[in-house]
Amino acid sequence: MEEIINFTFSVYTENNVGILNRLSAIFLKRHINIESMSVSKSEIENVHRFTFVVNIPEVLARKVAGQLEKQIEVIRAFYHTQDEIIYNETALFKISSEHLYDEKLQKKFKFRRAHILTITENYFVIEASGTKENIDKMYRKLKPYGLLQFVRSGRIAITRPKMAISELLQEFN
Amino acid sequence: MKTLNKEAKQKETAKTVKISGAEAVLNCLLAEGADLAFGYPGGAIMPVYDEIYKYREKFHHVLTRHEQGAIHAAQGFARVTGKPGIVFATSGPGATNLVTGIADAQIDSTPLVCITGQVASHLLGSDAFQETDIIGISTPVTKWNYQVTKASEIPEVIAKAFYIAKSGRPGPVLIDITKDAQFGELDFSYKKCEKIRSYRAIPKFDTKKVKEAATLINSAKKPFIVWGQGVIIGEAEQEFKNFIEKTNIPSACTGLGLSALDTAHPLNVGMVGMHGNYAPNVLTNSCDVLIAIGMRFDDRVTGNLETYAKQAKVIHLEIDPSEIDKNVKTDIAVLGSVKETLVDIMQYVNKGDHSEWMKEFDKLYQIEKETVIDDQLNPIKQGLTMGEVLSGINKETKGDAVIVTDVGQHQMFAWRYANFTKTRSNVTSGGLGTMGFALPAAIGAKLGVPNREVIAIIGDGGYQMTCNELGTILQTRAAVKIVVLNNGYLGMVRQWQELFFDKRYASTEMVSPDFVKLAESYDIEAQRVSSRGNLAQAIKTMVQSKESYFLEVVIEKEDNVFPMIPTGASVSDIRLS
Ligand SMILES: Cc1ncc(C[n+]2csc(CCOP(=O)(O)OP(=O)(O)O)c2C)c(N)n1
Ligand SMILES: [Mg+2]
Repeated sequence: MEEIINFTFSVYTENNVGILNRLSAIFLKRHINIESMSVSKSEIENVHRFTFVVNIPEVLARKVAGQLEKQIEVIRAFYHTQDEIIYNETALFKISSEHLYDEKLQKKFKFRRAHILTITENYFVIEASGTKENIDKMYRKLKPYGLLQFVRSGRIAITRPKMAISELLQEFN
Repeated sequence: MKTLNKEAKQKETAKTVKISGAEAVLNCLLAEGADLAFGYPGGAIMPVYDEIYKYREKFHHVLTRHEQGAIHAAQGFARVTGKPGIVFATSGPGATNLVTGIADAQIDSTPLVCITGQVASHLLGSDAFQETDIIGISTPVTKWNYQVTKASEIPEVIAKAFYIAKSGRPGPVLIDITKDAQFGELDFSYKKCEKIRSYRAIPKFDTKKVKEAATLINSAKKPFIVWGQGVIIGEAEQEFKNFIEKTNIPSACTGLGLSALDTAHPLNVGMVGMHGNYAPNVLTNSCDVLIAIGMRFDDRVTGNLETYAKQAKVIHLEIDPSEIDKNVKTDIAVLGSVKETLVDIMQYVNKGDHSEWMKEFDKLYQIEKETVIDDQLNPIKQGLTMGEVLSGINKETKGDAVIVTDVGQHQMFAWRYANFTKTRSNVTSGGLGTMGFALPAAIGAKLGVPNREVIAIIGDGGYQMTCNELGTILQTRAAVKIVVLNNGYLGMVRQWQELFFDKRYASTEMVSPDFVKLAESYDIEAQRVSSRGNLAQAIKTMVQSKESYFLEVVIEKEDNVFPMIPTGASVSDIRLS
């Protein structure tokens, strides 16, 4: 068996209706589960950036990137290992206010990148950001207090290597 | 309108004229040189059909009997002409009936522009009458698709559609136009699309790679070429021939590559793949350099990848970067249009002599001839064989005809035994294997090249999937010749049941109507042949007919296609019986 690796795909596309469907179809047809996804504008005007996180072997990642890039409205598709990116995920935890002054709990979210976002009479909300592992850990710690709600964002990532999209667009034109 | 089209072709300064979205559709098609479409009307596309009526002097529409027929006809048209096939269908069921053909065109790289009507934009998403999300449905099987909701978008979108369908590795595009966009008005001017910033039709050409490939080819002792449809799509038949004639490398084709090179060319060693020829399959695992040209290493070609050409260095000439290393790891990938590459490589390759190596092909050919081919072409058994029908057709047509095949045993026999002397003569559903393809595809092909003989070879099963299109022949008088090879079975599946499921013939025996009467009821002259003595004359009558003609040949019921590479086996373990 080939080694399964956590890859982050960065896909630069035109900003049109339907592209997400087209991209996700490529993962779907190879029966690949998408761990997380986010979309936003990118550093270039009118160019969008999709970030997909998947666990697949490297050979497969190369094929998927090729098939993503082949789509007409995709400018470039890159894939990176965790070492090649600086990435982040954000999570929100909604907890009943009865625990607000629980010292043990206070200690738990004192970790580097968590803070209280809102406090109301009935609940308070903790925001945490970090790696998937950081957030998983936080989740395990807070779970016993009864999470009223929990949500976490898709990964966003910046790559260490250069991704020369502007140059590429120049070249296309 | 003529002057409008002329102006539309001129640069951006073209004068604009106010017309409806529906009329704009027709003007765009005419500006692209498309004056023939296949389709079926319905509510959501009626404004366009109204314009088709008004433009009937210069724009022809073929009404098929089912949307699947329309799209296969458009595929047939595209395959023989190289031009995009045009399809119209209404929303909902009209659009969904196109899906099989779209998928077929996508996997066989056939350029199509499909235009579907859609419910009015204010109804989108409301489950309105005959609303389906055809954009969502067709996304995985189109090269590109787009929903138009404003009349003003039409010219630009259709220009893009043509450019995308035709350029690079061709494929189907679908444009879904809401009814209000068809009725809406726009200031019309047309400018052909020549580039799209996110799309590179032809990858950057790298002379260095060409040189590397040439060096490897020059040093090879047992080089072997497998070419595919890329040679035909890239219009590189002559360049390909020049290349092999200089290097003298034995060359085999994939099913879709057939007809790019004369069957009788001395360097043509046949076809690779599941039911291909013995020599090229076996020797794939003996060559030292495998040169793949415009082909994609489909699993029907390679058999088990773990044992495919492992001893060889692989050179891959390919236009689609995502095909490189997808199935077979290459040593040298030469991206670009095959034509350009084959022209460039000529200056670096040496004149070659591989006559010793060629003898190995001849030797294995003899084995195949004695064990398989003679049995088919000069049978001593009583029942008729599919092979002898094909060889009878070869005799009458001299290999000049367009052979359109359906899917099954007869398709494999046709690929194996039809002779080709002209390119774009093998119209078939390769990648998808769509039964029902042949009859409508033959109609489209005939309308695309009316001066050529077009012969459809179809099984009794597949024929009954789209024989409603006899109605289209009746209406258009397209002079298609139809040969049904009737073995009373879904033969290919029955063959697998015989070989791999202990002859449990589950649902493969097929009872058929009187095909001759059926054809006659569509005013098509028809004949049934069940004995060898009548075959040659029947084929002659058919070929000489100026009109459509139907010939049913009753075939030996339980005949099998060999050689055969069983699924999962290696190409060199191909079975002769
Ligand atoms: C639409 C579709 N359904 C099912 C199949 C599976 N299939 C492949 S070949 C075949 C049998 C074809 O029978 P027939 O048309 O009589 O041709 P024969 O093999 O007998 O020459 C079938 C059912 C297919 N290729 N396409
Ligand atoms: Mg049959």
